[in-house]
Amino acid sequence: MSASKSVRVEIKVNGKAVAAEVEARLLLVQFIRDVAGLKGTNIGCDTTSCGACTVLLNGQSVKSCTVLAAQADGASILTIEGLAPEAGDGSGEGAASLMHPVQRAFHENHGLQCGYCTPGMVMAVTSLIAEAGPGELDEAAIREGLEGNLCRCTGYHNIVASALAAAREAGVAVARTGAGE
Amino acid sequence: MSILGNRVLRREDPKFLTVGGTYVGDLPLEGALHVTFVRSTAAHARIESVDVEGARSAPGVVAVYTDADIDAGPVAPMGFLNQAMKRSFLADGVVRYVGEPVIAIVAESREAGADAAELVVIEYEPLPVVVDPEAAVSSETMIFEGADTNVPFELQFPEDPALFDDCEVVVRQRIVNQRVAPCPLEARAAAAEMVEGRLRFFASTQGAHGVKETLVAQLGLAPEDVHVISPDVGGGFGAKGSVYTEELVVGWCARALGRPVRWSETRSDSMVGLGHGRGQVQNVTIGGTRAGQITAYRLNVLQDSGAYADIGAVLPFMTRQMAPGVYAIPKVECSTRSILTNTVPTVAYRGAGRPEATAALERVVDCFAAEIGLDPAQVRRRNLIQADAFPYTTAVGTKYDSGDYLRAFELALENAGYDDLRAEQARRREAGSSDRSVKQIGIGISSYVEITAPIAGGEFGAVEVRPDGKVIVRTGTSPHGQGHATAWSMIVADAMGVALEDIEVIHGDTDIVPRGGGTGGSRSLQLGGTAVNQAAGEVVDRARELAADLLEADPADIVLDKAGGRFHVAGTPSISRSWRELGAASIERDGVPLQAEADFEYPGATFPFGTHVSVVEVDIETGQVRLLRHISVDDAGKIMNPLLAEGQVHGGIAQGVAQALLEEFRYDAGGNPLTANLADYSFISAVELPSFETAFTETPTPLNTLGVKGIGEAGTIGSTPAVHNAVCDALAHLGVRHVDMPATPERVWEAIQSAGGSPTESDTETATGATGPGPGA
Ligand code: FES
Ligand code: FES
Repeated sequence: MSASKSVRVEIKVNGKAVAAEVEARLLLVQFIRDVAGLKGTNIGCDTTSCGACTVLLNGQSVKSCTVLAAQADGASILTIEGLAPEAGDGSGEGAASLMHPVQRAFHENHGLQCGYCTPGMVMAVTSLIAEAGPGELDEAAIREGLEGNLCRCTGYHNIVASALAAAREAGVAVARTGAGE
Repeated sequence: MSILGNRVLRREDPKFLTVGGTYVGDLPLEGALHVTFVRSTAAHARIESVDVEGARSAPGVVAVYTDADIDAGPVAPMGFLNQAMKRSFLADGVVRYVGEPVIAIVAESREAGADAAELVVIEYEPLPVVVDPEAAVSSETMIFEGADTNVPFELQFPEDPALFDDCEVVVRQRIVNQRVAPCPLEARAAAAEMVEGRLRFFASTQGAHGVKETLVAQLGLAPEDVHVISPDVGGGFGAKGSVYTEELVVGWCARALGRPVRWSETRSDSMVGLGHGRGQVQNVTIGGTRAGQITAYRLNVLQDSGAYADIGAVLPFMTRQMAPGVYAIPKVECSTRSILTNTVPTVAYRGAGRPEATAALERVVDCFAAEIGLDPAQVRRRNLIQADAFPYTTAVGTKYDSGDYLRAFELALENAGYDDLRAEQARRREAGSSDRSVKQIGIGISSYVEITAPIAGGEFGAVEVRPDGKVIVRTGTSPHGQGHATAWSMIVADAMGVALEDIEVIHGDTDIVPRGGGTGGSRSLQLGGTAVNQAAGEVVDRARELAADLLEADPADIVLDKAGGRFHVAGTPSISRSWRELGAASIERDGVPLQAEADFEYPGATFPFGTHVSVVEVDIETGQVRLLRHISVDDAGKIMNPLLAEGQVHGGIAQGVAQALLEEFRYDAGGNPLTANLADYSFISAVELPSFETAFTETPTPLNTLGVKGIGEAGTIGSTPAVHNAVCDALAHLGVRHVDMPATPERVWEAIQSAGGSPTESDTETATGATGPGPGA
């Protein structure tokens, strides 16, 4: 059975051009994982429901399982690995201080447990903050903005706390709203 | 000052935040083949014929297997379950639920496997389908023909017909703990390869050693020929504590083909592949005095086991153990029966048998309070086991180690501002009597006690000081988000006076860690943490001897200066030996590493407890429920790291709320799943939840030196009934007595309609007075 025809795509992933002949049906998330070899971006569903695959495509957050690699031809992608490349794989001395403010906020607020949703969450939060105007983000807006990013471990409490902390640092947060601490 | 009890940030985090974890699906495994399972589309059927020729000759396909091709299995259920209910690696001629693996296709790529799967033709001869567990009890249809019963396990005790005779009030309620999907965000995955004649198996599991044991037993291998590694694991929640037949097939294929193979299921496969949780129908009776004293309690459990006798069939054992909960009830009866249905087998899911016990009791305590017209807080206060009663043995024979239930209870009410909430509720009810658009609030309380480390078995821990001063910790627990690397490092740092950065924690590799019980039942800290603490203590003792030798002093005179991580003679700190020096000296002088291995012997289970208060807002016109606040006070003994403990509680609460309000895995009458992907299943998201208000009290357990109990499941156990009670409470003045979970808008709206929808005084169907017991389940 002939699968599907192949197309040539070139996508800039974290600043580096990655060119390949790929099946037309190949999803962007598979391109990132299997062609570019970046395994930080995860797959958590097959119905575009979970957001584990969230990356930035030309600066906009997108679920990379909803986009064909071919559609992203010529685009620039930012994945978790590209957010603060100077932090490396996090194992080096002082890596925590070299992380992106959003990554750091997740660390300082225990915004992750098993880590599976984390790359998608971090990218989604990064984009929420980038899109917010000054003083625009409160807890409700963050919760709404993260509706498409599922997490089974944290109950979202510390993810929201992380997002608020990062937003505060970026100057876009207003006080935490709703009940809670 | 001890590091224990501090909010130490996780040492695990940087990797996950910069490049992501390394889950099974991320492993390179050069040249690996992909396994694709063709799953049953029939709920119960005889397989008439299977045509795999098209698949076999499809491009990229290496092998296609049916159960007949596999020279291993079937897997017998646990010893005390009905042994006729064996499970083959692949369906053995009969399929018993939609999603059951029938064919395994091994192909060069995942896509080639998926394409080939489309070419498999299976003809089914339908058999009668049993979906509803209550209907299954009297069904003539046998899910296992040779078994003559659909009951894999039961605990039936004679009922005392006079149990409720001296009660002034008796209240009965049928309660459904619906079937839910555990949904770890990483679905199941496995990989296997042959390395120098040994099977190396990568598992997404809660315990590498359990996987190894199962592979050894089921594939007929020698223990030394199997090496299991669990890399990072994207959540488990109990469901990855079971070893699945798909994993056995993956291991079998790697051996049969002599090539590396891998399998990563899709979410849609996972929804009908990974075991489900809960699934109990309960008939509950509570009786007592009009003044609010509970004197008798009966719980009859029907557990939906799904199509095979997996761990889910056994969990009612724990429901029974915890049936009396936090109350001093003199007379308690609990019988359970597990029943097969043509659905996904049930397994452990966060709480695993205990949430169901709490859900039943806490819900009927509210029903009881309503019946006698007392505040539910008052009824609880009156019946809680007193702090001076511990160790306390309940009417079903469970021995609670330690507790101060009233303290946690009063703190939760105080943190919630209970009286103010009741006043606000009264105001809204008043306003709502003339204006239905006024949203009503409900306040729910749940006081729980649960059992952690419920399964007998100790744990392994080892600590080694390398010549370069690095400290290597090995543990038999199997973290997948809980933060053991951080917590175990804290324990070692505290015992030895070494810096956290100098400690490395190794887990999940059966070649490096000789034995281990894994992570489940909230056992890890109290068993694994204590084992590590014990090993660290032994290393300190050895180091002291060694330092004494080197410093030519009596070991009794040697002290460990924990601030500097150095040993010296008491009174002369200037001459000392560091951990690095001692690690090196041990090798140089004695030729052995400075290390200790400990097996912490199982001291018995511990019993965490607490009280949760939940506040919901209900739109009477639409049935929409919104969780406004959730206040928890949990007591899991000493808290090692509040940051981690809170994280566990948060996650638990979210899953508990999900069960109360949203999630349910549903089937149609033909056994077809209706919620088999994340678009249809109401996986709880950030918008449905508020931030939580958590607090702890600390009542140490006497059963381990750290004084710790488990905290992994408490949040789920405490939260579900609090939210459930809150919803029912919000509707009580409308004459609604009970709404089953999940309290979806449809259900709530219907309950309001059928109660008449307007405020009434009291409208219950409860038996009151000494009317004697009704029929049980
Ligand atoms: S994998 Fe893309 S949304 Fe789930
Ligand atoms: S941290 Fe595990 S799914 Fe979010």
